[in-house]
Amino acid sequence: MVLKRKIAYIDLTNGKITVKDIPREIRKLYLGGRGINTYLRYNLIEPKIDPLGPENVLLVGAGLLVGLPCLGAARTDVAAKSPLTGAVGSTSMGGFFAPELRFAGFDHLAIKGKAQKPVYLWVHDGEIEIKDAKHLWGKDTVETQNIIRSDLGDEEIKCMIIGVAGEKLVRFANVMTGIKNSGGRTGMGAVMGSKNLKAIAARGTESLEVAHPDELLEYCKEMNEMVLRTKWAQAEKRWGTMIIFNNTNTTGLVRTKNFQLNKLEESEDIEAENIERYSIGVAGCFGCSVHCRHRYVLRDSPFGPFYDEGPEYTTQGAFGTMVYCKKMETLLIANHLVDRYGLDTLETGNMIAWAMELYEKGIIDEKMTDGLKLEWGSEQVVFDMIRKIAYREGFGDILAEGPLRAIEKIGPESAYYFIHIKGMANLQSDERATPSFALGIATSTRGADHLRSRPAYDLYGLPEEVLEKFLGGGPVSSDYTSYVGKSRMVWHQELLYSVCDSLGTCKFQTVFLGFNMPGWNEFSRLLYLATGMEFSKSQLMDIGERIYTLERMFNLREGFTRKDDTLPERYFKEPTPIGLPIARGKKVDREQFEKMLDEYYALHKWDKNGVPTEETLKRLELDKEPTHIL
Amino acid sequence: MEKILLVDPEKCTGCRSCETACSLYHEKSLNPSLGHIHIVKLENSGLYIPIVCLQCEKPICEDICPVKAIKRDQKTGAVLIDTDICVGCRLCAIYCPFAGPRINSKNGKPRKCDLCNGDPVCVKFCEPKAIQYVDATKANMIKRLNAATRLSELVKTLLGTL
Repeated sequence: MVLKRKIAYIDLTNGKITVKDIPREIRKLYLGGRGINTYLRYNLIEPKIDPLGPENVLLVGAGLLVGLPCLGAARTDVAAKSPLTGAVGSTSMGGFFAPELRFAGFDHLAIKGKAQKPVYLWVHDGEIEIKDAKHLWGKDTVETQNIIRSDLGDEEIKCMIIGVAGEKLVRFANVMTGIKNSGGRTGMGAVMGSKNLKAIAARGTESLEVAHPDELLEYCKEMNEMVLRTKWAQAEKRWGTMIIFNNTNTTGLVRTKNFQLNKLEESEDIEAENIERYSIGVAGCFGCSVHCRHRYVLRDSPFGPFYDEGPEYTTQGAFGTMVYCKKMETLLIANHLVDRYGLDTLETGNMIAWAMELYEKGIIDEKMTDGLKLEWGSEQVVFDMIRKIAYREGFGDILAEGPLRAIEKIGPESAYYFIHIKGMANLQSDERATPSFALGIATSTRGADHLRSRPAYDLYGLPEEVLEKFLGGGPVSSDYTSYVGKSRMVWHQELLYSVCDSLGTCKFQTVFLGFNMPGWNEFSRLLYLATGMEFSKSQLMDIGERIYTLERMFNLREGFTRKDDTLPERYFKEPTPIGLPIARGKKVDREQFEKMLDEYYALHKWDKNGVPTEETLKRLELDKEPTHIL
Repeated sequence: MEKILLVDPEKCTGCRSCETACSLYHEKSLNPSLGHIHIVKLENSGLYIPIVCLQCEKPICEDICPVKAIKRDQKTGAVLIDTDICVGCRLCAIYCPFAGPRINSKNGKPRKCDLCNGDPVCVKFCEPKAIQYVDATKANMIKRLNAATRLSELVKTLLGTL
């Protein structure tokens, strides 16, 4: 049965490995993937530990529906305490690793301690071995995977690896699989590096039994068709996530020159259509019909000819608008560098953009930057800084520490310019004109992040009755610059995505992009056909609420409070200078923001400080946590 | 008109939905390694090559089988192994260059693509149409159209037309 997959506890200090069943009661409460990782994070990680120390636990989890031929049922959730923020460490990665882990017999790995020398884990058909990785240390992400496959004699092995950045404990180092699938946020690569763990290799041929195979096959086909009927899927499958940029940049919802502008003029070259010059086709994750990434080749670059995949929407910001670069080739090369070094695209771009603004304002100078002139739009500076950050060289060593510590090192005047929340940077979206997104990033449990919620329904120009009917409860404005009902949008999305991340299916193939996409009812049906377990919509919403609340409890336990659920000062002080009339002259109204926050806490049934009430804890069966069942 | 499984590796996105749907249909469980179709991925170059039984006109497997367990189904065109007659000698698996017949570890007898009795499941799950089940004439037309489209770009350039 899908439910028969195991959890393995691995102690890298003493090499001990213990394999256990995952109790059905845990599945009922948390499903899998991010849900069970949330439970484990709260239960296995003691408060106030050093995230780069041996007591941190690296949690790797496959979603409960991973392995189905639909909805990109491919995703790995990776969790721990974050070395970047000190809060919830959480990231999600597509590709083919989670399915392989499942076929090898495991849904979850909980890795603590620290190996004395570099090692990698070899997980295959029910067995786990700890192997020597001395010859892999220092190798880039692709080389590492090639060598492992060759050493173990199987080209079909899938690996989760870190690059040099993870080895050097860059606080926003990522974990990766394949050529470009990344678990980028919150520095999970640094946690892996701090344990001397270079890779987890997986290979499996064990069948995943399902409850109702014939109906499931039919329903998977229906799910794929449901998605492909939508306008967005049709655009995504050809252009990838870069297609989003055309819309957002024209309107004026894109951070440019760090935060000085909200739109990039002369953006033609970095728009989606230009990827076709370099593309040899598209590729998808396991079980995905939308295949939203490009396979591209650069025959001529300062780093020689290379093949890579992507780039994503975030890269158009990180190495495009935010650093004021306007060439597609800059994105393609920078994307390649961060892929090979194992760095989070988003955080890396932010560190460089921030440094460029500090340089412009005279807060730092060439003495601090090793003689580099950090001028806006300098492609060479971007490439140099990526490398310096990955290897922690010179000025790169300061930036490698992430927002909070870099600000501390450079000085208090630098703080105002960094766009981060709780110590993690935001992507290039400029939320001054979109209160729902502004609330979403402020309250996200992992720091500035649009994917905990992505409350985008008000961007589709739908009638208000449609929004109100979908969300239930009070009025919701279909004007995306209004504050009315946005708290409800964010709250609802947080619940939906907690469940989606626990199933391991792709968020794009949900109401992320439109109402005629899979949601609660579809998740419920898939769960029934795959596992035999029955969940109503309201039961699934409760599970979402439980997962999100337990993430919040982790942060509260680490000392975060309501005052951390806020936006950078610039959102409240500086109005958007340009863009279409609807997006221009906008800043976030502090009073209305705080009112939205009050409504949001009330929807979650937390108190005025954002602390879950006793009644809520009891209702969600969280009042006795940590319970150490798993 | 006879139908064939037309494979176009250029369109394959490597998602493995075909492998998984095949295993779900035939084995009633999720296990791409038991699928009759398999995508060989050359990950470092971004090349994905679907490998599946090509239902040969003169099947090597049929010729080599010592107990004559392998025959073509006239209705679907699929080359089938009769597991009642099959003795599990595996000569078919050894001699097929494409791993058409594969060893089924459950009872040692090889299994192979049977075109799902004329309605292949893998085709239904392939969004980019890297595999299609079409009648032979249409297959020729598809290939000719692909080739002509490319050539037309070249001819356009030569003539200087729009």
